[in-house]
Amino acid sequence: MTDLLGSPAVRMGLSVSIATGLYGISFGALGVTAGLTRWQTQALSALMFTGGSQFAFIGSLGGGGIAALAAASLLGIRNAVYGAQINATLTPRGPLRPLMAHITIDESFATAMAADGDAEQRRGFWTAGVGVWLLWNLFTFVGAWVGNAMGDPKMWGLDGAAVAAFLGLLWPRLRSKDAAGLAVLCALLTVLAVPFAPPGIPLLLAGLVAVVIHLIRRRSFDKRVDADCDPSGDVGTVR
Amino acid sequence: MSLWGWILVASAVAFATKLVGYLLPAAWLDSEGFGRASSALTIALLSALVATNTFASGQALALDSRVLALAAAGIALWRELPFLAVVIIGAAVAALGRLAGLP
Repeated sequence: MTDLLGSPAVRMGLSVSIATGLYGISFGALGVTAGLTRWQTQALSALMFTGGSQFAFIGSLGGGGIAALAAASLLGIRNAVYGAQINATLTPRGPLRPLMAHITIDESFATAMAADGDAEQRRGFWTAGVGVWLLWNLFTFVGAWVGNAMGDPKMWGLDGAAVAAFLGLLWPRLRSKDAAGLAVLCALLTVLAVPFAPPGIPLLLAGLVAVVIHLIRRRSFDKRVDADCDPSGDVGTVR
Repeated sequence: MSLWGWILVASAVAFATKLVGYLLPAAWLDSEGFGRASSALTIALLSALVATNTFASGQALALDSRVLALAAAGIALWRELPFLAVVIIGAAVAALGRLAGLP
């Protein structure tokens, strides 16, 4: 146990779990307010288990079930990208995959990617994934029963905690100038896209742009290297 | 379909979406190109998460106490404070902003 708590990824995962889990109170309260029963609200947290999509689902229910389904599904597409990366990084065995898929969310992905080395990444993923699931469901339950008695979670600064947590998870990756530049560019693009695209899509757009930039730069770099090595070029005849 | 029906269908879609990533052929993921692109993708997704969590309010942009939380977290990280301290500082600064009457 002391071994586990000595792991930076586990401690990071626990911090993330508490910060995110507490937000479940607001989901529980909002779910009941939106007209779901307490158990329907709880089912979304246990089964859908991807916060953004859950809020989108209850927020779009006014437009009917199909609107709620569309909004939640669109917002969840990013989880497929996370899944592919977790799968490539941690290469889990067959039977574990469905379980890992269920706990693949912003927080478990980000905690895994922020950790150093295979074992730490694995610990980070599981701690944040299982930790958020447990606390998110516990606090959804509390929120659905106690309702709005606790007040607005914003007054407790919980949205500020989420901002700080994601910046903390990004931070270790910004050591090079290139990485920092890419991060700033993607953040800007995301902010610009927010008013024009449904929630969840700006994030995918930033990911797509990053991959395209990466591919273009890689190609021009390869070309430069090829030109330098070209035996028919001037370089070879200087001597 | 009943509300329960929509909840179960939407949950099934959410799970299937998550699972798709795990079912991609391993050969695709082993290639060197994927590894390098994946690192760029991770930075992009994380910085987009920071951006939406700070500035997005549904589909609108908002400047509120979360911006103060972002700045405070940035300073805390620059001073190399531990992760938990960074998260607590982010929450405290946003809560103080609201206490001071900011949105």
